[in-house]
Amino acid sequence: MGKMSVNLCGITLDNPVIPASGTFGFGYEFAELYDINILGTFSFKGTTLNSRFGNPTPRIAECTAGMINAVGLQNPGVDKVISEELVKLKKCFNKKVMANVSGFSVDEYVETCRLIDACEQVGWLEVNVSCPNVHGGGMSFGTLPESAAEVTRAVKKVTTKPVILKLSPNVTDIVAIAKACEEAGADGISLINTMLGMRIDLKSKKPVIANKMGGFSGPAIFPVAVRMVYQVSSAVKIPVVGMGGVSTAEDVVEMMLAGATAVEVGAANLVNPYACRDIIEDLPRVMEKYRIDSLESIIGGAH
Amino acid sequence: MKQGLFKITKNIPLTDSVYLMVLEGDTSDITVPGQFINIKLDGQFLRRPISVCDVSNKDVTIIYKVVGHGTELMSGYTNETIDVLTGLGNGYDTSLSGDRPVLLGGGVGVPPLYLLAKKLIEEGKKPSVILGFNTKNEIFYEDEFRRLGADVYVTTVDGSYGIKGFVTDALKSIDYTYFYTCGPEPMLKAVHKASTTSGQLSFEERMGCGFGACMGCSCKTLTGYKRICKEGPVMLKEEILWEK
Ligand SMILES: Cc1cc2nc3c(=O)[nH]c(=O)nc-3n(C[C@H](O)[C@H](O)[C@H](O)COP(=O)(O)OP(=O)(O)OC[C@H]3O[C@@H](n4cnc5c(N)ncnc54)[C@H](O)[C@@H]3O)c2cc1C
Ligand SMILES: Cc1cc2nc3c(=O)[nH]c(=O)nc-3n(C[C@H](O)[C@H](O)[C@H](O)COP(=O)(O)O)c2cc1C
Ligand code: FES
Repeated sequence: MGKMSVNLCGITLDNPVIPASGTFGFGYEFAELYDINILGTFSFKGTTLNSRFGNPTPRIAECTAGMINAVGLQNPGVDKVISEELVKLKKCFNKKVMANVSGFSVDEYVETCRLIDACEQVGWLEVNVSCPNVHGGGMSFGTLPESAAEVTRAVKKVTTKPVILKLSPNVTDIVAIAKACEEAGADGISLINTMLGMRIDLKSKKPVIANKMGGFSGPAIFPVAVRMVYQVSSAVKIPVVGMGGVSTAEDVVEMMLAGATAVEVGAANLVNPYACRDIIEDLPRVMEKYRIDSLESIIGGAH
Repeated sequence: MKQGLFKITKNIPLTDSVYLMVLEGDTSDITVPGQFINIKLDGQFLRRPISVCDVSNKDVTIIYKVVGHGTELMSGYTNETIDVLTGLGNGYDTSLSGDRPVLLGGGVGVPPLYLLAKKLIEEGKKPSVILGFNTKNEIFYEDEFRRLGADVYVTTVDGSYGIKGFVTDALKSIDYTYFYTCGPEPMLKAVHKASTTSGQLSFEERMGCGFGACMGCSCKTLTGYKRICKEGPVMLKEEILWEK
């Protein structure tokens, strides 16, 4: 294993850097810019059973050191993801990809995960439980330990690949939810998804985003993410994938010290399309500066 | 798309709130009129999308209106070097124009029509250009379009200069084979309705990335979902679905 490589749920990554779901499409836009095989892996756009247009526009707002998005899981649906997007991806990416899955009912998660689990290109399933449960009064699956565990158990029954539960930070006790997922059989936890945020336009005196509220991410949320990764990784034995505001190689090291086995990079890709390449190229310098011989050895080092 | 560093060589006011900026750098990815660039500004998280007004092999010209924090910041720049993504968006297709296309621009929708007019004239076509503004002191680029050799009409809403009314009022007296337009959405709608030929319209949306990665700028069209930044900003008249 190289100095930068890590093991995520039994699969070796050349480095811990993973573009986060929703900020890297299905990879090929970025493959026009650089060889995306330098990445640890990447998490593709949140995929649902049926195709979705998502929310009305405007979907994007800016804030100090970050942004708010209310894309609303626009994606072509699992069948097209498998028959078109993954086929296109195969031409430019020869590593295992992380499949990000969303659903609005347990059955939907199960069916989508079952279909994606069968794809040879997929290495891990990252199950996003931040979506509202249509049968549960619209409350997100990720807000209650029981419902997060229910999704985990159901998905584990129909899959063979490592299942990573992606948690929402918009909860009172993230540790309880992570533990419930671990007990239900999760192979890993990833966090954090976006925080609920809002901007109001002073000229129109109305919310900037058509959906009024949206997911807040970017460098501004980094300290919250570090704190939650630290708390969760102290409480569970399964690997934790850390994300939220990561934009430099130093941030990657800090996330790993907090307890992350691998690190996802989201909003930074939108502003600097080369963000992940730049981070990977800068990691050796940062490791040398802080006398780090291997990244795997610093995971959870701050505990 | 290309990312590059561009040196500001000119940044001057054209009116009270509209500025012209010239940026020197690698312009090789700017190939079609109607494309845009996405500008990184110090202290602002997201980039700012601005249309290409003109381009040469060494620099690109943009015209922008100060409307908020980012454009305010830009107006204060002098000779800074800034990070820019170029070659974004599909741009206008000039092959469909016929001999006498008409170009309709409203406010800061005027800039992309300049490079378009230049290209159409190079192709031997005879474009008419209608430039719409609210009032006389907001007018810019009238002479520049005339110097290209286009037939230029100016409209002002308050009648302080040129034809009183909207760009569609000037359109009535023009004999045209096709139309191209860019401007605020109500104007696009009016042009869509008033036009008697086929044409192309350029849209705006708030963007997360500007290069197709985030799905922040999607819209529904009669030919499916499109990203304004990637399959747009230019749409064909026939595919537009007005929702709002
Ligand atoms: C394809 C395209 C081409 C454009 N071409 C031009 C041009 O040639 N000249 C010109 O003056 N303007 C143009 N605009 C509009 C320009 O992008 C906005 O005026 C500018 O982003 C405002 O930034 P700000 O920081 O001053 O405003 P703020 O309101 O402070 O910006 C806050 C956020 O909202 C976004 N935003 C605000 N208004 C708009 C808008 N109208 N469209 C898209 N995003 C917006 C900003 O980019 C930023 O992310 C274009 C927009 C698009 C999408
Ligand atoms: C435009 C955008 C779209 C996103 N879409 C998804 C998605 O489809 N599924 C998901 O699990 N997370 C999605 N996210 C959340 C990110 O994957 C990530 O968890 C979050 O943005 C925090 O990381 P960051 O601060 O580096 O952006 C999205 C984020 C952004 C900015
Ligand atoms: S702005 Fe990101 S896809 Fe268009």
